[in-house]
Order: sequence, then C-alpha cells, then structure tokens
Amino acid sequence: MSHISPTIWQFLVKWMTNFALFPPEASKIAPQMDALYFFMVLVSLIGLTIVVLLIVAFSILYNKERHPVAVQIEGSTLLEATWTIIPLGLFLMMFVWGALIYFRVFTPPANAMNIYVVGKQWMWKVEHPGGQHEINALHVPTGRAIQLTIISQDVFHSFSIPAFRVKREAIPGRYTTVWFEATTPGTYHLFCTQYCGTEHSHMIGDVVVLTPEDYKKWLASSTSGASIAQNGERLFASLSCAACHNTRPDARGPSLANVYGAKLPLASGGTVTADDAYLREAILNPSQHVTQGYAPIMPTYQGQVSEEGIISLVEYIKNLNSDYRIQQTLNTTDLLPESEQTAAPAAKAPATKGLVKP
Amino acid sequence: MPDSSAVEHGASVAAEHEEHPAYLRHHFESTEQQADATNFAMWLFLLTEIMFFGGLFTAYLIYRNWYYQAFVAASHQLSIPLGGFNTLLLIVSSFTMAMGVWCAETRRKSGLVLCLCMTLVLGLGFLGVKSVEYREKFEKHHVPSYHYSLNSFLDPDSDEAAKAAGDKPLPLDVARHTEVYFSLYFAMTGMHALHMIIGVGILVFMIFRAQAGAYTTGHVTFVENFGLYWHFVDIIWIFLFPLLYLISRH
Amino acid sequence: MSESTIVKLPDQSTARIPKMNYLSKENGILSWLLTGDHKRIAILYLISLSFFFFIGGALAGLIRLELLTPQADLMATDTYNKVFTMHGVIMIFFFLVPSVPATLGNFLIPMMIGAKDLALPKINLLSWYLYMAGGLLALYTMATGGVDTGWTFTTPLSTHYVNTNVLTTGLAAFIAGFSSIFTGLNFIVTIHKMRAPGMTWFKLPLFVWAHYAASVLMVLATPVVAIAIVLVALERTIGIGVFDPTKGGDPILFQHLFWFYSHPAVYIMILPGMGVISEVISTFSRKRVFGYTAVAFSSVAIAIFGFFVWAHHMFIMGISNYAVLVFSLLTMLVAVPSAIKIFNWTFTLYKGSITFETPMIYAFGFMGLFTIGGLTGVFLGVSGTDIHLTETYFIVAHFHFVMVGGMLMAFLSGIHFWWPKMTGRMYPEKISQLAAVVTFIGFNFTFFPQFILGTLGMPRRYASYPPEFQILNVFSTAGATILGVGYLLPVLYLVWSLRYGKIAGNNPWQATGLEWQTQSPPLTENFVKMPIMDHDVYDYEWLEAQQEKEKEVASA
Repeated sequence: MSHISPTIWQFLVKWMTNFALFPPEASKIAPQMDALYFFMVLVSLIGLTIVVLLIVAFSILYNKERHPVAVQIEGSTLLEATWTIIPLGLFLMMFVWGALIYFRVFTPPANAMNIYVVGKQWMWKVEHPGGQHEINALHVPTGRAIQLTIISQDVFHSFSIPAFRVKREAIPGRYTTVWFEATTPGTYHLFCTQYCGTEHSHMIGDVVVLTPEDYKKWLASSTSGASIAQNGERLFASLSCAACHNTRPDARGPSLANVYGAKLPLASGGTVTADDAYLREAILNPSQHVTQGYAPIMPTYQGQVSEEGIISLVEYIKNLNSDYRIQQTLNTTDLLPESEQTAAPAAKAPATKGLVKP
Repeated sequence: MPDSSAVEHGASVAAEHEEHPAYLRHHFESTEQQADATNFAMWLFLLTEIMFFGGLFTAYLIYRNWYYQAFVAASHQLSIPLGGFNTLLLIVSSFTMAMGVWCAETRRKSGLVLCLCMTLVLGLGFLGVKSVEYREKFEKHHVPSYHYSLNSFLDPDSDEAAKAAGDKPLPLDVARHTEVYFSLYFAMTGMHALHMIIGVGILVFMIFRAQAGAYTTGHVTFVENFGLYWHFVDIIWIFLFPLLYLISRH
Repeated sequence: MSESTIVKLPDQSTARIPKMNYLSKENGILSWLLTGDHKRIAILYLISLSFFFFIGGALAGLIRLELLTPQADLMATDTYNKVFTMHGVIMIFFFLVPSVPATLGNFLIPMMIGAKDLALPKINLLSWYLYMAGGLLALYTMATGGVDTGWTFTTPLSTHYVNTNVLTTGLAAFIAGFSSIFTGLNFIVTIHKMRAPGMTWFKLPLFVWAHYAASVLMVLATPVVAIAIVLVALERTIGIGVFDPTKGGDPILFQHLFWFYSHPAVYIMILPGMGVISEVISTFSRKRVFGYTAVAFSSVAIAIFGFFVWAHHMFIMGISNYAVLVFSLLTMLVAVPSAIKIFNWTFTLYKGSITFETPMIYAFGFMGLFTIGGLTGVFLGVSGTDIHLTETYFIVAHFHFVMVGGMLMAFLSGIHFWWPKMTGRMYPEKISQLAAVVTFIGFNFTFFPQFILGTLGMPRRYASYPPEFQILNVFSTAGATILGVGYLLPVLYLVWSLRYGKIAGNNPWQATGLEWQTQSPPLTENFVKMPIMDHDVYDYEWLEAQQEKEKEVASA
C-alpha cells in the first residue's frame, strides 16, 4: 500500500466515495424515468451480450483451423424475421413507455404552482408568484407540483435539473413549460444545457428543495414586497391598459376578468384557449389576436415591455380569473406564514378590486 | 504477365478510338451510354436544386400562413406589370432555348448561335427588369435591414403602390411582419437571380463554343443539359411569380 | 503459411509491382492535380482527409486536456468554445462525411461494378477541389480567430450574438456541402449507368448498395442545409429576418432545416462504413453475407426512414407533443434496419471459416461499438428518456460511439483491407493488429465514462464543470491518450509499408469482388478487358474454380 503514490491514492479514494451511476432521484418523475432507463439498459446489455457471445462463439467454433471449409448459407427468412420482429417489438414497447413519461413531464396538473424563468446570456432569472426574485437559483418546496414557465430574452438556453430528470429549452419569443414535484430536500445542480455563447458553462446554479416549513421561512425572508401580479397591476395601470380593458358597457377592449383559460372567439374566425402563450402574443401582436366583436385598435407593446414586464402582466391577468386565484390562494395559504398572507396580497388584491378601473 | 496485358490493353484502347467519335470519353463504352449518364446526372442535379429552393418555399408557406395580412400588403409593393413582363421574357427565353437545342441536334450552327444569343438577351432583360425592381425597393427602404421602413404600410396614402391597391393602414404589429415577407422576397428572387446570372455566364461561354462549331458535330449533351437547367430556372420563376406577386389576386 | 490466415502472397523473391499501373502512368504533381482518374482522386482525398483528421484530432486532444480539471484553466471559456466548434466542423464536414465515400468509395465503386471510371471524372475532381477549398477556408477561419457557435450554427446565437467568423465557417461548410453533393451524384449516375454486363442490381457488392443509399441522402439532404446556411449568412450580413424572433421570424425553423440535413448526414457518415464491414466480414469468413437482400434493403430502409426522423433532435424544444410522438415512433423504426444488419453480419460468421487479420479485428470492433452506439441511440429516440439525456455527455458518447467507434473503425478496416489493392503492398500484420486492439481499448476508455457522465447530468460544451464529475473525465482523458496512439500507429506503419511492405499480388485475401480480379495497383482503366459478371456476388466457389483454371493454364 505504501508504494501507491498519494495522488493516485487520493484519486482512488475520491473515486470510490463519489462513484455514482445516476444522479439522485429528487422528484416524483425521477424514479419513473429511471425505471424506463434501467429497463433499456437491461435490454441493451442483453442485446449486446447476445451479439458478443455469438461473435465469440462463432469465432471459436468456425475459425479456419477448426473449420477449414466454409458452408455457404443463403440466409434464413425465419431467423431474419425473428431479429426484425423482436427488436421492433422491444423498441415499440420503449416508445410507448417513453411517450407516457414524456406526456407526464410536459402536461402539468391544473393545480401546479407557477414559477417563471427567464434565461439570458448568461444567467437564469427566476420569479416566484409572491415576487421573490432569484438569480441562478431556484427554491422549491417538496410535495407540491411546480410548473416552470420558461422564456429566453436572447438566444436558446436550456433549463436542466438532472436530479429531477427534467429539462426544457428556453426559446426566444415563446413560452415553454415543464413541471415537477420535488420529493427530497437538498441542493441540486441547475445547468444550462443548450450552448449559448462564451459563458455557457457558467450559466449554472442551484436548485434548493426545502421542506414546506423551510420554504415558508425562505419565502418570508426573501420577499421583495410586491408580488408578480402586483407588479403587473402597476404596469397595467402605467400603460393605461384599463382605458380600454374595463367592464364598462362601452369599453373598447374586452374585459379581462376570467379571460385566462377561457375559450375566446376570434375576429378572424375560430376559437383559441387563452393560455400564457396566447396572452403574451396578444400583448405583442394584438392585431392578429382580436376577440370577436372588438375593433383591432390595440397598439403593440413589442419593444416597450421587457420579458419580465410581460410576465408580470400575464400573471396579473391570470389572477383576474377567479378559479386560478382560488387555486393560487390554496397553493399559498398553507405555505405562507400568517404575516406573509396579509403582506402579500397577490391573491387578494384583484379579488377586492375585481377589475381595474382607471 | 502484367506487362503483356498492358500492351494488349493499349492495343484495344487504340482500336476503340478508331471506331468512336472523338468526344466519347475513354471510360464510356458508347456515345449512348455517355449521353444517358450525363443526362441522368443533370436531372439529379436539378433534384438537388429543387431541395435547395424547397427549403425557401417551406419557409415561405409557413410565414404566409402566419402573417397573411402582412404578406398581402407587402405584395402590393411589387409591380405586377414588371413581374408579368419578366415572366413573359423567361417563357420566351425557354422557347428560344428549346429551339437552340433543336438546332444543335439538327446541326444548324448559325441557328444555334442565334437562339443562344436571343436567350442571352432575354435573360439579361430579365435581370435588368429585376434590378429596376430591386432599386425601387432600396429607395423605399423595403430591403430588410436596420433601415427598414414601415411607412408604406402604416400610412398607405403616402405610397402610390399601396394607394393604388386600396390598402388600409396596418396596425404596427402587423406591418412589422412585412419585413419577413421582404426577407423571403429577397432570399427567393435573389437565389433565383443568382441562378440566372450563372446561366447567363454559361450562355456566353456556349455562344463562343457554338461559334467554333463545338455543338453541331452530333455531341449535343452539353446544350441539352444546359437547356434543362435553363428550363428549371424558368420553372422556379413560374412558381415565384404567383407566390410573391399575386397573393391577393384570386 | 500458417493455417490461421487466408493471406496468399506471390513468391516474394520473384514478385514485383506491375510496371504499368495508375500510380506510375504519369508523373509529376500536375498529373495528380489535373487527374480524372477516380483512383488518383481517391488517393488525393485520402491524404487530405488524414490531414484534416489529425487537425480535428489535435483539437479533440485540447478538449480532453481542458476537461482534465473542473476549472477552465488550460484555456479561457471562449477559446474552449472555439476549439470544440472547430473540432466539430472539421471532423464532420471535412472528415466523417467524405471519409469512406470519397476515398474507398471513389476508388472502389467503379472497380466493383466493372467500370473504367466514375461517370463524371471532371466533376469528381471538382469535388476534391471544392473539398480542399472548403477545408482550407475552415483552417483560415481557425487561424484568424475561429468561430464559437458550435458546429450547429444555432440561430439567433449565430446570427446576432457572436462576433466571430460565422460567415467564413458557414461558407466553408457550404462549399464542402457541394463537394459532397457532387460525389453523391457521381456515385448514383455511375451505379445506374456504368455497370458491367451481367452486373445486375442484386449482384452488386453490399459496399455499393450502402454507397448508393448514402448518395441518395447526400443529393437530397445537403441542399437543404445549404439554403439554411445562406439564410443565416443573409441574416448576419444584411439583416433579413427569416429566423429572427424579434422580426417575427422563427428560430425553430432553422432547427428544422438544419436537422433535415444533419440527421440524414449521420447516415451519410455511417452507411458507407456499413458497406465496408459487409465486404470485410464476408471475405474473412469465406462466406456469402447472410441474407444479402435483407442487408441491401436495410441500407435503403435506413436512407428512407432517415429522412423522417430529424425532429428527434428537438424533443425538448417546444415542438408539439404529437409531433414528438410521430418522430419518436419513426426513430424506433429506423433502429430496426441497423439491428438487422448487426445480426446478419453475426450470422455470416456462422459455419464460416474465420481468420483474424487486421481488417476483421477492426470490423469486430465496429460491431461491438456500433451495437452500443445504436442501442444508446434508442435511449435518445425514446421521448421520455431523451428529456434527461439530451444535451448531456450521454449524447456526446452516443454519437462518438457511432461515428468514431463505428465509422472510424470501418474506415480503418477498409483502409487496411484495400491497402494492398491501392498500393500493391501489404501492411505489416502484427503491429496493425496491435493498433486495432489499442484503438478499441482506448476508445472504450475515452467514451464509455461519458455515458455515465451524461446520465449524471453533465452538460455538453462545458469548459468548466462541477468537481464531482472529475474522476470520470480523468478516465476519459487518459483513454484519449491511448486512442491517440492507436491512430498514430497506422500512419507510421502504412507509410513504412509503401516502401517495405510485402508485394501483395492481385488478390491477397482471396476475395471475390471484381476489384480483386485485376492487378494491384490497378491499371488506369482498371481492367484489361471489360469484366463480365457471370457469377453470383460473394461466390467463393466460383473463385476457387477460377483459380483452379488459372493453375491449369499456368502449368500447361
């Protein structure tokens, strides 16, 4: 032992202690994905073993010394059909299993808590509904479905949390979503996995999973005063949106109450579900998303509002939907400490005001 | 052994050369095989060209679907008479080119030179008209860039073409997408014009060669293949014209 | 001669290289630079490809050295970004895509089908010049500051956010693309129109089938990336907005156009390699390839399905969930023909009479590594696991297993296999077997740890990484050193063999292909008189009968 150089020794010790074949499973989807992953590893190993064993066996049995004259064989339809159909069956099985997981990862449950993520060269900006801002970090509680609504303000990025087995591209000009439910408290890696320029490898951070109690404390300690919806409300007022979007009978714009999630008839025909992406589009390209019965008079806000500003507006409009608000209230009441509930009227403010009046 | 076979081979090569015309390249067995192979190669090349323009057409279809209103307004900035005239030029040039191929096949040298010259003039005419159209776009700041101007779309009364088409003012967010239209317009017609320029260059080369009698000895593959290329470039225009100029004319 | 080899060399004391051959026909540098001979062009390609391979390899070495430690300490992050971009650009556009087709394909397709040359020799030479122009432009780019977009040129990064030489690199790729289009076009025309009498489609060697399938992909897919590059260039220079989200363009469209080429491109890279393996396995087990038709059609099937799977590179990019379903399903289908090939090759060994010369060892290496590479491809094609594994080192390991473990092994196998035909001399057997084994071991050391790294979540294209990934990276770098030795060895002994190798004679391997029935190195016209394909493909009984006849003639 004493002959081993200390460097190598350290190296070996480090290897033995750190060795892992897969990252920690810290979300609900992780074990499901790992089950498929290990199933595929197993199938691959069996397949590889069969091929290698056959090659080795044939090499031994039929090498030239032992088997000097080759027997010409045309082929065998039966055999070939076998190794067409069995892999095809296995691959299709993996396909179905994988697709089920894929749909699970990208179909958030209705009651998920929404956190916004904006990617830019080279940092992640995270906005919690209560107005907490984070850079290159994400704090989430265990046991709660969290939906991330992701957008990039410059180039493609990709928001990846290996421990949760989720990853989603941040695309300029388009919302993407992904959801997860963290299960194990701890600190995990957050990576940008889509190459995004010089400091790509520094666009990393920590995902901190907290127990609900710790999360409450964290929320209380890092609040910035105003929730996203409140910021949105302010922006809504300063952009004079309410000049048209009010509930007066002669209003020039449609009322935004309960608009989120509703099916809207469009002036150009057809209907559309007003989701985050639609709300964003309607702010930036209003003329192409005119609701039936209204004139296309709304100006575009492209270039006037930052991505964060649009997120605030979207969140505000979402909060004008009573169902969503109730859901968010349920989400936050058992999370927020008592003092926080009164201090963060994200859920309440629109309820009292209902619709903003100029 | 190898030496003797080489001698044998040399003799057989010499024998072959006596039987066949000089333009038969050594690795082909017969002129038919040679013509067949080069023709087939040309068709394959045109297939790659289709895929090349196919990418542009795909992009066009997607954006036209998204931004139909902007595309209609932007297309009003193009002059249908000029575009139509250009279409006519190309169709006639296709005809003269086809006549040229016929002249080559029937070994009429002066006819071939005349047809090629006419094709050249018509091709140059097309490029001339195109440059007039391009210049107008430059003057109106309709070339996508940092100087791109939306005036014609925000305020159609200030713009003759838009006024003539009876355009209504577009909201800013719709008008902005005219830039996508002009991006595609310049990419598509630019790529087409580049093909025309290459074609014109080859035509000049061919006219000199034809004058020297290179294509009227029975070896017409080059003329035929160039004819295919020229027709192909015409066909691309036949698609571009309605897609870019006639969006709102049903 | 020992029983365990099939090598039959002529008597070394009397044998000599034929005086008349394609190498000796004309001399001087101009006779090479203006040649129309497919064999000479193949040699030109072989030399220039090796040059670019070692440049790309040196860049790979730099990448591995940088990743030895978790910090970006060997070079700054932007240098690292340029290095991996140039590694990708050079290896893909200037090595992998042309590797087997432009060298072995160029040299062998006319000989295998009994033709004197490719149908369009001038176009063939033009491809080489385009290739060189593109390659030198890429080197110039590297020398004058490099480019850091990644070889994928992702918009809007490449159009608006980097200040490096995107235009010249794009132009280099564009030119190389045309070189590849012309090569493919030439092959298709040649295979259609230049076959010798009796050479029907189902008597074509599988090498030719594989090249035919790859050529179709080259001809149909490459123009699409060409137009995508043109649009990127226009967006960068004059500011058109086809891919620019701020102007209403869609960056995802670029991804579609790009991958419409770049996915089929991986089949352009691997199919010719599969062709090599078919020839080698058949020859060294003295057997017809098991299920010839299935192997031939599986090449075509890969080419066809290969066109319709491009969006599996975009599963997490916000394309519709239903598009993901379709593309994932099609990806599963494209995996099947590869599985068919592997099993057919394996069963070609069954009841064969196997020997283990260097090409065969490389071929065995190919089969093992390609199986791993192919199966891990399924992990990425299955939409669920793709979410976790994409954009990590898993994908890096996957495509290096296919491209380096697969394609490069096949390339080396083919180079050794046809070396006697190309040069008239044998390579030294023992040291080359050693090189093959060293390459195999080094390769696994280098890339297998990367599967684990990827599963652990280490993202690709990172100059620095969290320290817990270091151990596996150290393994990988150590393996790369061994791999480097494995690649340098062949260069040394192959060059050595040009002068000191044993005289090979016409057919040292006793192989059945038409190319082996003529002298080595061949005449410029390939055959003394036009061959007639009066027997089946891989017909070893015909070969024996033929040799009996020759013996009788010689003794009489």
